[in-house]
Amino acid sequence: MTSATATTADVALPRQVRPEHLSPNQQAWRRFKRNRMAVLSSLFVFCLVTIVLVWPLLSNPRLRTPKPLTHSPTALTDHPFSPPDAQHWFGTDANGRDILSRIFYGARISLLVGVVGASVSLVIGVLWGAIAGYLGGRTDERMMRFVDILYALPSIVFVIVIITTLEGYFKDWLDKVFGPEMGARGRMVFLFVGLGAVSWLTMARIVRGQVLSLRKRQFVDASRSLGAGQARILFRHILPNVLGVIIVYVTLIIPSIILYESFLSYLGLGVQPPQASLGSLIAEGAAQINPIRTYWWMIAFPAGLLAITLLALNFVGDGLRDAWDPRTKD
Amino acid sequence: MYFLRRLISLVPLVLVISFLAFCLVRVAPGGPFDKERKPASPEVEKQLKAKYHLDKPLLIQYWIYLKGLLRGDLGPSLKYRNHTVNDIVLQGLPISLALGGTAFLFALGIGIPLGFVTAVYKGKWVDYAGSFLALLFFCIPAFVVGPALIMVVAIKLEWLPVALWGSPLHVILPTVTLGIYFAGRIARLMREGMMTTLNAEFMTTARAKGLSESAALLKHAFRLGALPVVSYSGPLLADLLTGSFVVENLFQIPGIGVFMVNSSLSRDYTMVVGLVLLYAVLLLLLNLAVDLGYALLDPRVRYD
Repeated sequence: MTSATATTADVALPRQVRPEHLSPNQQAWRRFKRNRMAVLSSLFVFCLVTIVLVWPLLSNPRLRTPKPLTHSPTALTDHPFSPPDAQHWFGTDANGRDILSRIFYGARISLLVGVVGASVSLVIGVLWGAIAGYLGGRTDERMMRFVDILYALPSIVFVIVIITTLEGYFKDWLDKVFGPEMGARGRMVFLFVGLGAVSWLTMARIVRGQVLSLRKRQFVDASRSLGAGQARILFRHILPNVLGVIIVYVTLIIPSIILYESFLSYLGLGVQPPQASLGSLIAEGAAQINPIRTYWWMIAFPAGLLAITLLALNFVGDGLRDAWDPRTKD
Repeated sequence: MYFLRRLISLVPLVLVISFLAFCLVRVAPGGPFDKERKPASPEVEKQLKAKYHLDKPLLIQYWIYLKGLLRGDLGPSLKYRNHTVNDIVLQGLPISLALGGTAFLFALGIGIPLGFVTAVYKGKWVDYAGSFLALLFFCIPAFVVGPALIMVVAIKLEWLPVALWGSPLHVILPTVTLGIYFAGRIARLMREGMMTTLNAEFMTTARAKGLSESAALLKHAFRLGALPVVSYSGPLLADLLTGSFVVENLFQIPGIGVFMVNSSLSRDYTMVVGLVLLYAVLLLLLNLAVDLGYALLDPRVRYD
């Protein structure tokens, strides 16, 4: 028995130790795929994105989708507050609108806000941190001192000022140029800017630290001696090396921005009706809470979807971080 | 000495922040008197503006504010006209401090053991369950946790009061609502911190010199593993102690967190600047304290 296992081990061994030439990225990718929660979560996020994009198409009569899946998120009916049943799987809200369709509609906007808000913070944070770290010295000190000062301001005050200022100056302009309906949609840009503007600080610090440690390396000297300009060195040589860290951090910023938007929606500053985000749906549900009757479905379903989405996004982010972290080994 | 120098270096920083906040709130369109009873005659509005120096150039206004600040006077509230900002802060701050403090202790009490245990049992089911729980804490917004707790614990079971602030029993639900999110964050930070120390060489040394596993974990790994939590404690405490809009609003608690949001919305300039300064000073001092704590916890860190 022992000899048999020994021989199979002997046979198997050379195959296992066969030297594999995997790039660090391939190794990381392999580590990521081994992380079951992260893979499952990416699958969930992918499905969710597909659903929220395909959802509006389902109501097309030629598709013969089952009736409960074809409700419009904005169609009013005369059954307000009806609990979940065969017709409305997740019940209806105060205006008789179908909750199931509303949470997918809300999820679409929440995801959009998360992704665009994260992109805004990505652009500001990476540029700020990279320039500060690359130039170093006085400039670096001043730029990072500015970041310190912004850190010391309560973010909510900052967000409120940004959003209301933009509203005040550009709202009428948007309505005039794009018409009231598109103008209402365009107003979401204020939200993106506001959310991005308060979440770039940590990104700037991380990128600056990385760039600072890279700029004295030999490959930078090499490319400088070959006559590369400052911008080329920074964007073609240094930033690609920081890319892993940036991607990981952006994946983790998306859920935090979605959460922040839901808080703003709760304050009434987020997405404005008739548009809805998961946060504003929860806020609508929370407004209906009273000791006599509870409409639990109005809060449980949007809150559930929000929590699961945030969980999944965090799992993906954690998985990416663990996989690309040079300290973790196979 | 080092810390004294840093303490002094905070003064210009606070001045810059106060000026920035002073300008920032004035950038937003509208003013503090927009929602007054109409028709407010132009004369009345002019009088009001003159009374609060709002008709003067910005720098002069700031100079007047600064003179008050030196005397410890944060100025009159522009919205609650019978109160000064000092009054409102002095009334609300103790409550926010108490609630924030208990929430901080709650978050540490849940987060640190959770993070510690998940790190020690890395890869086992305890780790998976615990890490999942920590992440879950940190994915459910307070305005879901709060209503859920009120519905179940206060209304259905009638164990605890629904809202308000008074007896120790009133503290429990708001504390949990406020603290649970941060408990999740602390657990994650703690786990991360422990991960880096568990494989460190000093742990091998500790075991080699014959320390029991639990002593090695508690005396050596824990001390350094808690560093990320310590450095997060500064901003966390500053956030918690200045009150939370959601929790104070849900439970009708008269703290200052509600003012932070409402005064920004109603352009109560002096109130916003006062609260921003309060937050900033608290944050800067706490960060200083965190650096002190670092030196105490990590023997490798020295300041001179």
